[in-house]
Amino acid sequence: MPSIAKPRIPLAPLAHNDLGLTIRDYEGAMSTLCAGCGHDSVTAAISLAFFELSIRPRDIAKLSGIGCSSKTPTYFINGAHGFNSAHGRMAAIATGAIAAQRGLHYIGVSGDGDSLSIGLGHLSHAIRRNVDMTYIIENNGVYGLTKGQVSPSADVGSRPKKGDPNVVPPIDPMELGLALGATFLARGFSGDKDQLVPLIKAAVAHRGFALLDVISPCVSFNDHEGSTKSYRFFREHEVHEIETDFVPQRAEIRSKISSDSARAVTMHDGSVMYFRALPEGYNPTDRVSVEAYLAERKAMGEVPTGLLFLREGAPDLHDMSGTVSRPLADLDLADLCPGNDALQRLQESFR
Amino acid sequence: MSTAPGVNDFALKLANVNGTGSASANGLLMQSIFRMGVPVSGKNLFPSNIQGLPTWYEIRVNGAGHTARSLEYHLMVAMNAQTYAQDVASVASGGYVLYDSSWPLDDDLIREDVNYLGVPLAAMCREHFTKNRERILMKNVAYAGALVALLDIDLDIVSTLLAETFAKNEALRESNQRALRLGYDVARENFPCPLPFRVEARGENQDSILVDGNTAIALGCLYAGATVVGWYPITPATAVMDNFIALCKRYRRVEVAPGEWENNYCVIQAEDEIAAIGMVLGASWAGARAFTSTAGPGISLMNELLGLAYYTEIPAVVVDVQRVGPSTGMPTRTQQGDLLACAYASHGDTRHIIVIPADPHEAFEFAVAAFDLAERFQTPVFVLSDLDIGMNDWIVPSLTWDDSFVPNRGRVLHDEDLANMREFFRYAHEDDDHVTARTLPGSDEKGAYFIRGSGHDRFGRYTEESGAYLQVVDRLRAKHASAAHHVPAPLEVRRPGSRVGLVTMGSCDRAVREAIELLAEQGVDCDYLRVRAFPFADSIRDFVDSHESCFVIEQNRDAQLKSLLTVELSLTPASMTSILDYGGFPLSASTVVEAVLAHQEVH
Ligand SMILES: Cc1ncc(C[n+]2csc(CCOP(=O)(O)OP(=O)(O)O)c2C)c(N)n1
Ligand code: SF4
Ligand SMILES: [Mg+2]
Repeated sequence: MPSIAKPRIPLAPLAHNDLGLTIRDYEGAMSTLCAGCGHDSVTAAISLAFFELSIRPRDIAKLSGIGCSSKTPTYFINGAHGFNSAHGRMAAIATGAIAAQRGLHYIGVSGDGDSLSIGLGHLSHAIRRNVDMTYIIENNGVYGLTKGQVSPSADVGSRPKKGDPNVVPPIDPMELGLALGATFLARGFSGDKDQLVPLIKAAVAHRGFALLDVISPCVSFNDHEGSTKSYRFFREHEVHEIETDFVPQRAEIRSKISSDSARAVTMHDGSVMYFRALPEGYNPTDRVSVEAYLAERKAMGEVPTGLLFLREGAPDLHDMSGTVSRPLADLDLADLCPGNDALQRLQESFR
Repeated sequence: MSTAPGVNDFALKLANVNGTGSASANGLLMQSIFRMGVPVSGKNLFPSNIQGLPTWYEIRVNGAGHTARSLEYHLMVAMNAQTYAQDVASVASGGYVLYDSSWPLDDDLIREDVNYLGVPLAAMCREHFTKNRERILMKNVAYAGALVALLDIDLDIVSTLLAETFAKNEALRESNQRALRLGYDVARENFPCPLPFRVEARGENQDSILVDGNTAIALGCLYAGATVVGWYPITPATAVMDNFIALCKRYRRVEVAPGEWENNYCVIQAEDEIAAIGMVLGASWAGARAFTSTAGPGISLMNELLGLAYYTEIPAVVVDVQRVGPSTGMPTRTQQGDLLACAYASHGDTRHIIVIPADPHEAFEFAVAAFDLAERFQTPVFVLSDLDIGMNDWIVPSLTWDDSFVPNRGRVLHDEDLANMREFFRYAHEDDDHVTARTLPGSDEKGAYFIRGSGHDRFGRYTEESGAYLQVVDRLRAKHASAAHHVPAPLEVRRPGSRVGLVTMGSCDRAVREAIELLAEQGVDCDYLRVRAFPFADSIRDFVDSHESCFVIEQNRDAQLKSLLTVELSLTPASMTSILDYGGFPLSASTVVEAVLAHQEVH
């Protein structure tokens, strides 16, 4: 929930989703982040996305590492279980949880420091394992919580509030994801809710690891002149050429989609991602084409946003491990223990 | 303290080059003696290397059941020219050296007081086998054949074992049998067989098995119902997972449709040990039984998340197969150097539950107990094994499983429970053991809470207030203390009139028990106490207090057990004397006896 207190009695009646729940059921505790922090907007977008998807809060699990960004899961969906873990370790912890309990929608929230420095190893391997979760990096180019040191996503030449301009080349999570075989890569901007909410919904609908890089300015330490992660800089350098619509599996909405030329990718749960506008020659399901496009834009100093890459139907952690469809955490000892007879037979080979 | 060897009472050492296939020949001898119903042990003293370095295997045969490592070798099988000198030097006076006489021994290797048994192993194998690799491998089986004759080991049993081992490979079976026979015949023709010390069949071992601790722990985890594993390869713990995976493939696959199999388990080879423990925490938080296995370096890496698990109260089972530290240390040597690192793992005030098995049998039982303890107390539990237990084959009583066993899953609230509650608070309403109820992800919204490693109050809310913080951490301290009544109790063996007490833990067990018998023969009666868990039982303090002199025997440099006992039981350091053996090899009784006697003389 953003840091500005809401009136207790809503001024206008609140809309209900298919479960009869209102947006309030998808909100959490009052935010303690700085007023204007990009992260609060992402929080609001997450609440809205899950509300609109009509997913029961109890069917959601939210995880994070440590940082301002990682504090945010407490600000959305109170009714979901949450795990605010250790700096950089969320991807590993989520992997274990998902291995044990596959029946839930998992959303992880992290920062650029949390994911791209201390947690880079775990993030990379979660991508490789195609762990079925939505993973959001709230990317501000700095370590917010420790007061503004440059992070691994800071661009060369970007000037921190204190100290010298950054000279070390950045890690772009989208390029990283492509290199590691990610199956869903999207970039959004905390200041563009209209684009962000459908991206989050698509990420949730995706079966596998959905990586969402959300540029989310830090107003306290990285929103000044000379920063390349400020609201102003990003608005000036963002290219929003890839336009998508997320259409849930329910048919009535489908008619609203008009474009004949739209490319459609059907997601695991039956919802459809429509690519309404795409740059010339760009194929969001072809890694080589995406890589070329990103490189070209980067050379021009531009940052493309939207659903950049999508590969539906790839095996996820459970497919690769061949696990049963029933969550492992729900199995009883009777399902798991071979019993004394088997033990005695086995020990014949220990003699 | 040298004693004459005799029937069912001797030790031999086999000096080999690693990577030459000697391990299976040595194991064959040891297993054959086991099948003859005679107590025996085999200790593999191997290098951290794949091929070319010296490696030793020790076999001790002891009808009285003393199977700790013996430092007296009556027969040396010297198969490694690099170590000839030290191997010949380590044979007991009057003992034997079996060597490959395809080449002459240097004069300076000749000792007047030992007997030399030259067998032209290389020459024989060159003559009888054609392939190069076979010629190397079969030398091992040939010396095994010679030992079978020399030590009067039952040839039928050895042949049967070979046949079982190579049941699926006719060619190998044939060449192994041939090599065995070659060595056997050469020994019979050239030496007075059997030697004065030899093996005589006995009726023991019927209710026993030959098993290593890593296999036993894997079995324990399987039987306890563990489903999720995160792990990273490391000696000497790797075989825990090799075994667990093999067992799961055998017992945890379900046929969901004709010919279509799915797994009731998920083993993830993690990117490092931090991820491994992270996966365990995630899975345990989500309600599965999860574990990891590692050695000291992995424990070091896991520290931060172990503290997270402790403070947020998430169950976790961590198997630590200890090796020699610090740092990389000696990965293939044994030690008990991780006790303190496990007891207080992580920054801040933390304390964990540790169970300490003495042999593979206990390792199986304690692995099962660890899952119950972890879920009952909602905290990490270490199974503190070591390389000696983990990687050597031990004769132990057969394992049994009680089919009526009901696991203790601890205080978990489900939807039905939540329905009857007004509100749920994660860290409130403790029970007599200071444990509070948890809920699992996916349960009713009323049970949802936000786990956090940052300061939290008894309601699970973020806090920076001293009082609210103290309430939680003070309860954690009390909870840990409570666990002392639920962990495996110390094992005591008293002898009437003893004024000396010997305290030890883990794999030192057999050596210390043997030492007690040897000391009794010298007129020093000792009582025995083996610590089997942390937190400690009060009875350990009583034991120490009730003995004039008390020795704490352990395998590390810094007297970690003694320190922990001193601090945790408020004992005076002077009430205990350390006997420390930490060079990397399993403890032997003579080390203990000599230390106790030396101390008695001084005082
Ligand atoms: C092991 C460890 N090292 C260092 C820290 C200190 N620390 C807390 S948050 C943080 C960086 C957070 O940056 P980012 O992930 O980008 O999050 P932001 O605050 O910018 O949203 C650091 C270094 C820590 N909590 N744990
Ligand atoms: S310091 Fe930056 S990232 Fe942290 S809350 Fe404030 S604005 Fe947001
Ligand atoms: Mg940041």
